[in-house]
Amino acid sequence: MTVLDHRPTAPVPGWLPGATSPRTDPSPLLPDSSPVRVLGTPAFQKADPELLLDLYRRLVVGRRYNQQATTLTKQGRLAVYPASTGQEACQVVAGSVLQPQDWLFPSYRDTLAVVSRGVDPLEALTLLRGNAHTGYDPVATRTAPLCTPLATQAPHAVGLAHAARLRGEPVVALAMLGDGGTSEGDFHEALNFAAVLNAPVVFLVQNNGYAISVPLTRQSAAPSLAHKAVGYGMPGRLVDGNDAPAVHAVLAEAVERARSGGGPTLVEALTYRLEAHTNADDATRYREDAEVTAWREHDPILLMERELRDCGLLDDAVAAAATEQGEQLAARMRAEFHAEPELDPASLFRHVYAEPTPQLLEQAAQLDAELAAEAGR
Amino acid sequence: MSTLTQTSGATRTSTMAQALNAALRDSMREDPGVHLLGEDVGALGGVFRITDGLAAEFGADRCLDTPLAEAGILGTAIGMAMYGLRPVVEMQFDAFAYPAMEQLVSHVAKMRNRTAGRLPMPITIRIPYGGGIGGVEHHSDSSEAYYAGTPGLHVVTPATVQDAYGLLRASIASDDPVVFLEPKRLYWSKAELDVAAAVEPVGKAVLRRTGRSAVLITYGPSLPVCLEAAQAAQAEGWDLAVLDLRSLVPFDDRTVCEVVRSLGRAVVVHESTGFGGVGAEIAARVTERCFHHLAAPVIRVTGFDIPYPPPMLEHHHLPGVDRILDAVARLQWEG
Ligand SMILES: Cc1ncc(C[n+]2csc(CCOP(=O)(O)OP(=O)(O)O)c2C)c(N)n1
Repeated sequence: MTVLDHRPTAPVPGWLPGATSPRTDPSPLLPDSSPVRVLGTPAFQKADPELLLDLYRRLVVGRRYNQQATTLTKQGRLAVYPASTGQEACQVVAGSVLQPQDWLFPSYRDTLAVVSRGVDPLEALTLLRGNAHTGYDPVATRTAPLCTPLATQAPHAVGLAHAARLRGEPVVALAMLGDGGTSEGDFHEALNFAAVLNAPVVFLVQNNGYAISVPLTRQSAAPSLAHKAVGYGMPGRLVDGNDAPAVHAVLAEAVERARSGGGPTLVEALTYRLEAHTNADDATRYREDAEVTAWREHDPILLMERELRDCGLLDDAVAAAATEQGEQLAARMRAEFHAEPELDPASLFRHVYAEPTPQLLEQAAQLDAELAAEAGR
Repeated sequence: MSTLTQTSGATRTSTMAQALNAALRDSMREDPGVHLLGEDVGALGGVFRITDGLAAEFGADRCLDTPLAEAGILGTAIGMAMYGLRPVVEMQFDAFAYPAMEQLVSHVAKMRNRTAGRLPMPITIRIPYGGGIGGVEHHSDSSEAYYAGTPGLHVVTPATVQDAYGLLRASIASDDPVVFLEPKRLYWSKAELDVAAAVEPVGKAVLRRTGRSAVLITYGPSLPVCLEAAQAAQAEGWDLAVLDLRSLVPFDDRTVCEVVRSLGRAVVVHESTGFGGVGAEIAARVTERCFHHLAAPVIRVTGFDIPYPPPMLEHHHLPGVDRILDAVARLQWEG
């Protein structure tokens, strides 16, 4: 007989009161055993047709954005682009499920989510182009900078949501992470803080199967990433990340729960990265073609389009209009990125401190003199 | 500790710990955006009692006992700052701030720059640092060089009771992130504190003692040692000035160079390790800028390049009066 065989199912009667007494029954916090789906279920019939068509349009335009940005890296116009091709359902929902006063905390792969949030599509690429860090106004757009060090944006989301709640303002923060990011300490610290502070935060993990080359099985031995929520005392939800209406339903519910004081939620969206990690990666080294092909059958746009056509919500004209919208965006990206950007070297010294240090002033003057000499001024 | 609650007006005798407490309290009273967070800062008042009584006065939300996770503490403070609060973080001991290093370097220090000024980080990170209190390992590190080597951070360290108050007020008021290093062996040092005195801006060095022979350049825990050395040096005919940097970033090149040029001889004293330390930067700077005024090389007196020693050996490591006087003797440079 092991210790586990003695595990009590309910709090032990007569347990001493105080800081260490048992807190909560975990079962309501556990994720569903199979991912939540809307497409192909009766829930689809009940969904708002306007919302469904809007999601469809966003998926189509988002796919084109991903493709064009990837092409721009091949032409050397973008320094790097971590495409979210195949993950568009998560991306377009995450960006659109928030209210204007809410905050999005994206990671490097989430440019499309940033665009769906309302950030200008070209400004969202400034960092990846290499002109400047961030490139959009995080305060005006309520969108934190794209975050490169894994999971480090998660505690920021908690702190911001906590601060808003202290001020009595109904702000929700949504932090986006990858499956690999869930192994980082900051992810765990953020979940723990969020639960203890009852902060209005939603953590969205896009489990796309790989952290660069490392498959999920080498990343975590948990039954699901959503299960990790339970240990911190928050609900975990598991959703089909390629089913846009399902992602919308689950995220909207979690956001609402957070806004109404119900605390944080961890959502795991099961999805797949159809392209390589970035343009610098060779995905054939670590995964089989057959696997990619199978996931192409589960493409978020394909799933959505099939279902919308079946029920007569989508016709060729609507589909063509969405495609055209994507083409216009792609044309704008090409035009903008083929022009050489104007950059100001003096910007290097701006915004390091509120007041530049004497050392920075000296160095700015030095660079200025170098540039003047070069220009024969 | 009831004296701590009367912070208005009068000059009174105070320990450095009490001065820091008063600075926190006065900042919190003046600005409702100032929030403290850290381990044990609430009911306990911090392991050094620097936050004593603040949870009682301002509530558990403004003096927040957090879970035990330094990256989580600082990362959460970043989000709070993004939402317009002015967080003051307490790291319990120098060596326990390291788990938060990534948040500090990648986000606190860079956020203003990454966002073209849209997200300043008015965070003060208080870290008790340095040795000399008989602490076991991981309780005596001098970590200032790590922080000073990170663009975007201010690095401040008071050496007097008055500066503990004034510089902490200034740090909390600063729109830039400040790593505020508290020399823990001076926590119980006592002096007159005038809370009504003008608050010095961050970034100015102060001459604690004038002299005609040479200058000892120092900061934080080494200031009292240097003052003692200057006293002792009189017997050997040396009239030493003592310069307290107070702030390592921004660095007060002007005052430092002025003093060195006028005296021609300088010794840099700090207790952290010498290799790649702040003293190396100062010596290089002074040499570059004051070479023709120097009558001798700039000499460093620092701790050894070893992990901080066990408490029963720490007195061998920490620069004391004799080691400083030996260095001063070497300033009798004849080429
Ligand atoms: C702290 C940290 N360590 C390592 C890296 C390098 N790195 C960039 S992306 C990546 C894989 C992340 O995988 P995952 O979290 O699953 O996100 P995905 O790229 O699949 O969206 C790694 C290791 C990093 N950015 N940050």
